[in-house]
Parts: sequence; structure tokens; C-alpha cells
Amino acid sequence: MAKETGAISWKELPLGTAILEPGSSSKLKTGDWRSMKPVTDRECCIKCGMCYIFCPDMVYSQDEEGYYVQNYYYCKGCGICAHECPKDCITMVEEGSDG
Amino acid sequence: MAKRIGVEVSIAVADAAKQCNVDVIAAYPITPQTHIVEHLSELVADGELDAEFIPVESEHSAMSTCIGASAAGARTFTATSSQGLALMVEILYIASALRLPVVMSMVNRALSGPISIWNDHCDIMLARDTGWIQTVAENGQEAYDLIFHAYRVAEDHRVLLPVIVNLDGFTLSHVIEPIEYFDQAQVDGYLKPYAPALRLDPKHPITMGPVGMPEVYTEARKVQEETIKAARPVIEEAWQAFGDQFGRYYRPLESYRMDDAETVLVTMGSIGETAMTAVDEMRSMGKKVGLLRIRLFRPFPVEELRQALKDVKRVGVIDRALPFGASGGPVAAEVRSALYHEVGRPFIYNFIAGLGGRDVTVENFEEMASELESLEKSELTEFYKIINVRE
Amino acid sequence: MGTAAEAFKGFKKYSLKKNLPMVEPLAPGHRACQGCGEVLALRQVMKAIGENVIVSSATGCMEIVTSPWPQTAWRVPWLHVAFENAAAVASGVEAAYKAMTRKGKIEDTNTTFLAVAGDGGTADIGLQALSGALERGHNFVYLCLDNEAYMNTGVQRSSSTPYGAMTTTSPPGKLSRGQETWKKDLPAIAAAHRIPYVATGSPAFPVDLMNKAKKASLVKGPAYLHVYSPCCTGWRMAPDLSVESARLVVETRVFPLYEVIDGQWILSRDIKKPKPVEDYLKPQRRFSHLTAEDIKIIQERVDANWERLMKLIAATTPEDKTE
Repeated sequence: MAKETGAISWKELPLGTAILEPGSSSKLKTGDWRSMKPVTDRECCIKCGMCYIFCPDMVYSQDEEGYYVQNYYYCKGCGICAHECPKDCITMVEEGSDG
Repeated sequence: MAKRIGVEVSIAVADAAKQCNVDVIAAYPITPQTHIVEHLSELVADGELDAEFIPVESEHSAMSTCIGASAAGARTFTATSSQGLALMVEILYIASALRLPVVMSMVNRALSGPISIWNDHCDIMLARDTGWIQTVAENGQEAYDLIFHAYRVAEDHRVLLPVIVNLDGFTLSHVIEPIEYFDQAQVDGYLKPYAPALRLDPKHPITMGPVGMPEVYTEARKVQEETIKAARPVIEEAWQAFGDQFGRYYRPLESYRMDDAETVLVTMGSIGETAMTAVDEMRSMGKKVGLLRIRLFRPFPVEELRQALKDVKRVGVIDRALPFGASGGPVAAEVRSALYHEVGRPFIYNFIAGLGGRDVTVENFEEMASELESLEKSELTEFYKIINVRE
Repeated sequence: MGTAAEAFKGFKKYSLKKNLPMVEPLAPGHRACQGCGEVLALRQVMKAIGENVIVSSATGCMEIVTSPWPQTAWRVPWLHVAFENAAAVASGVEAAYKAMTRKGKIEDTNTTFLAVAGDGGTADIGLQALSGALERGHNFVYLCLDNEAYMNTGVQRSSSTPYGAMTTTSPPGKLSRGQETWKKDLPAIAAAHRIPYVATGSPAFPVDLMNKAKKASLVKGPAYLHVYSPCCTGWRMAPDLSVESARLVVETRVFPLYEVIDGQWILSRDIKKPKPVEDYLKPQRRFSHLTAEDIKIIQERVDANWERLMKLIAATTPEDKTE
């Protein structure tokens, strides 16, 4: 736990309190922040990539078929993707519901 | 072979930086530092020094640019004084926190107001708490020598802290003195090329300067404190090596005629040489007077002062800065602190002298030394005074 | 041929379908607010610039949310020093690489030196360092992420806050309508330094923004990018509207998209039928106190700015290229 919060002995601090592991923020589950989550209707999706390029949290990536899928570990539920989807394929549903 | 030449001290300082083959110089002109940066830009313009000379638009940017350069792995140099130091002080703290071995020549000048271009130690004191190592030159040779020592200490992986080399403005910077210049082979024997421990490199991406929550800030400060203390043996090793190679040995605290001294004066900077003359005169009159000159200001030579002063009768500490409302000068406060736990510690009095370029003469030193005895016997409410004030 | 034009020879533009860069120099898990338009803009710029970059960041939202010890969202080298000196720090990194490469201490890496700051760290406290770095001609890119206030410290006004906006230090009240002054024209200030490349961008037009970021990194010399960054928190707007806001600001002509390439002003996107400025202002509660009269004044100013831009474009377009 101490290592996660950076509460470690002064003797173990890296030089100049630098952070040596690039991208280590990816350990934080910002998905815990949300109250709504985006769900994509695959039938509707035209694989345009708008959700991908408009996500501030890099939630979307393409699967083998080219559909953009969510990584809910990070999704903060902002709703930009749902709002921007040109075909209205993404719906914001309550977190915890079956969506 | 080393050669002795008559040269303006500022020029010698710049030449020392050149001999250290610095990579980046970012500096802003301010009297009385100007000759250093002017000479450096000439050296770069003539191809005698292969470096980027960045004429930044303020001292704040000078130090910021030095940090960027040093973090990228370059050997970096700058110089400033007084108001310039004041403007960059925010960034000084960050340079030491980031553990970047920047070397800065500080040409000591008084702080406004009123505005003064003349010499005193206000700027040394402003940089006091910033985590930079500080050495103090008393003459031109030292101003030159201490630059090589500064890089050797700063870049040592046991240290990796920035260093200020202080020299008095005008009194040193603008005088021509005989200075022994080393040849490049000698310098290269003393100072190896800079090999950073961490640097900004796309092949090994790191994050420097993160947010320090309460969970880590205290520990980060502890590291800096322990590091500057651990720098002591490195500083002395580097002076030992300097002496072995070049024949001049420096110490954190220089002693003069201390052997059976009962009255001791403590100075810092070029007035120490005037004080030496005064001590000689007083000794020739049979007075048991000695002199201590502080060469290493940060980390402060607590143990050396304790050893040197614990058995003397009375001490006069001469400060060339006056922090208002503090009942005395900063060097005196630290000397007193060093002696506090000594049973039978000496009487310590503080003289504030030489503010804003006012001369401190041989006579002044003799007056201060002789006044100490009567002060010691008086009922005092204040233990400091400014000398030579026109009432 | 101008410096920028030289750099852009053979430049292949990005397109959404074909060659969009997949790299993510910024990692998820950063602490930006839900729907943060600024981190979105930063993400897009970083994708375009790629991984051969060293970032010098000012204090601000982006710095705070990406570097909380012991975690970092940066997958590229990154240095933060203070608030007002991103440009000065970047100057040092650039100069160091230049000197060390020339002296044979490192290999030529063709690395991009990127300074990142908000509107506070650029228009106000950082203006001096920016001007100095631009004048000295360092080979670097300066990215100003403009969310129109000092957001990280709690939404205080900056000189980039638009007329009429509510901020905590320009609150509307009995004697005030909010920000009483007009937004400082930073891209024009940058262009006045006669640098090779200046561009404005919006994250609602990602391909346009990414092309401009890439072009900025290709320029040998200073390049300035001014990117509109909606802040749903500070602007009091629903988080899902950040991209739409960044689109409306362009479609209402409030924030025109253009480039200044070797001194020539070039419109990136002509807005022939602008939407009324009210469409842009309405969803943001920071403007909800404005009267119809206030909005009319704003509309007039937007129109005047657009006319002025058209004149600048005409004045700097070579005769044989005018349509």
C-alpha cells in the first residue's frame, strides 16, 4: 500500500523525487469515478472512430473486427462519446445496471 | 604548465568556466557580474568555447533555462548578483530539489532599496536556505580555483547538488590580480566530463518535478538535508585533490594566527584579507588576536567553528548583511548556534559592517577587536551593532 | 522559401480513416475531470507529435493531473519546474541537446522540444519567457492549452478570459458584469515575433489539430500552437458537452481556425454561415448572467474580429495566390 501511495522511506526515493516508471498512472482505476457508463450498440456502429478520438481518457480501442470497444477500467463516464457519436449508437446507462 | 597572468577577476572566472568546457550558459547581465557574461559570450563568438550562450530575458529565465539544460544532461553555468539573484530565487530551490549540478558564480552585491550596485552579502543570505552548496572566494585566485572545485563536487554522484561560488562585487570582480591559470591538460586531470545520473532522454522517459503530496514531501526534504551534509566529505576530498594537483589547499574554515588567540574575529569574503593585516598589526603589539575566515558557507562548518572557538575568550563575528528585526546578522546567529552547547563558550558579539560597499578598513578591525573586551564586561541588552553609522 | 514552407515539403496529412497515429504518449489514469477538454486536446497533440519528444511543462491543470507522485501519465520525458517558465525551461533543454550533439556527446536525435502551458502560464505570468524564447529562435514548439482562466487554482480570471465571463476573480455582481476586458490575442502576439509557424486549433477538429501539431514539430525554429480547451468544471457546463463547445466556438467564429505560415495568414476552416454567438454562450453557466445587450456587444466584437482576420489574410496573401 505504501508503495502505491508513494509513502516510502526517504532512503528509497529516486533521485530528485523523479518518477522512473513511464505511464504508471495507468494503475489508477479512474473507472471508479463514474456514475454512468457508455454502452455501444454494435449493430448501429459504423466504426468511424469519433468515440476513440474524442475520449479524454483513452478508453477506446479497436477490436479484431474494427469496432471500437471500451476499457471500463478508466472510463469516467463523461458522456462525450455518447454525445458525439454521429449515429447515436452509444447510450449512457447507470453504472451497475445491465445496460 | 600553469602560467601566472595579470587579469581582471571576472575574466578569470569566465575563463575558468571555459576551461570546464561548459555546454550551456544562460545568463542575464547585472552589475557587477557583467564582465563575466560578456567575456563568456566573446569566447563563444570566437569559437574558443563550444557552448550555447543563451541571452535570456531575465534572471528568472536564466535559472529556468539552466535547469532545462542541466536536466537534459549538459554542463551548465550562470552568474548573477543581488536583484538578479532575488528574481531567480524561486527557481534556485527547484534546482537543488531536482538534484541538478548547475554552477553559478555570484558576484556579491547589496539588495535594494535604496538601489545599490556595491558590494555586500545580502545575496549570499538570500540564497542561504535554497539547498545550494556555497563557497566563498577572498581573492581572484580563489574565484578562479573554486569554479573547478564547484563542478567536481556538484557532479559527483554522491552529491548532485548545485553550487554557488561567491566573490565580492567590484572589490574582487573588477580588480586586476595576478592569477595562476592552469593549462587544459591540468584541468582535465582534475575534472572529468559530466556524466548525469538521470537525464531527459526519449529512449528512457522519466518524469521530473512531480507533485509532492504530504505523504512524500517531508521525505524529499530529508533527502536534501542528508545529501548536503553528505557533501562535506566530497567537498573536502575535492579540495584535497585540488591541493595535491595544484599546490593550494582550501578548507571549510581558514585559520589565521589562531594558536594562542584569546580574541577571535570571524569574517567571510574579501574583507578577510584586510582583517589579516589588522591581526598582524595587533599581534605585533602583543595582543592575542586570531582570525577565522569562512570559506564554506553551506553546508555550514559547525564542527570546525566549535573546535576553533570553544576555548577562546571572546569572538567578534563580522556580518555584511542585516536581516531586519533579527537582532543581528546571519553568520553571527549561526556561529552562536554552533557554540551554544559548549560549556564555557566564549562571549560572542556581532558587528554589522561593509553594507552597500562601505569599506571595512584595517582600523575598523582593530577597533572591533579592542572593543570586544569592554563589551564583554558591559551590561548589554543587544549583542550586535552596525559599525560606522553616521549618527 | 520560408522556414515553415521548407519544413512542410512532402508533409503527409493525417486523416481519420487512413493514417491516424495510434501512439498514446499520455497514459490513462490521469486525474483530469470527467469530460476535460484540455486533456483531450493535449492527448491529440501528443499523438501527432509522437514519442521522440521532451516536454517542459508549466504548473497548471495538465501538470497536476498527470504527475501526482508516485504516478505519472507521461510515457515520454517530462520536466516541470514552475508556473511562468515553460518556454525558458524548454529553451534550456533545446540548447543542451544542440550543444551536446554538436560537441559529439550525444547523437542527433531530431527530438521535438515541446513547452506546454495553460493560458495563465502563457498570457500572464508566462508571457515574458514565451516572448524571450520566440525572439531567440529556439527550435521548439510552444503549446498553449487555453481554458480561459486559472482553472487549477479554482477558476480565477486570466487575460485570456473572454469578455463577460464569470470567474472567481471577475464575478458578476451589482457593479460588475464579469470579466470587463477582452481576451488577449495570443496567437497574434506570437505571430508578431515573426516566427515561422503559428496555428490555432480545437479538439473538436482533431485531424486539423493533429496536422497542425505535426507541422509545428517539423518546423526548424519556434512554432506556437494555441488550442482551445473547454473546461466543463470552470465553465459550469455538462461534461459531455466539451467537444460540442469546442465545435461551436469555431462555428460561431468566436475562435477562428487559422495558421500563420512564414507570415502568411491562412484560414483553415471558412465559416460561411456562422451560428449566432448565443449558441456558444448558452450551455455555459459562466455566461448565464449576461443580458441581451451584453450578448449583442459580444456578437459585434466577434464579427469585427472576423473581419479583421479576413483583412490580415488578404494583406498577407501574395497577389498571384489571391482567389
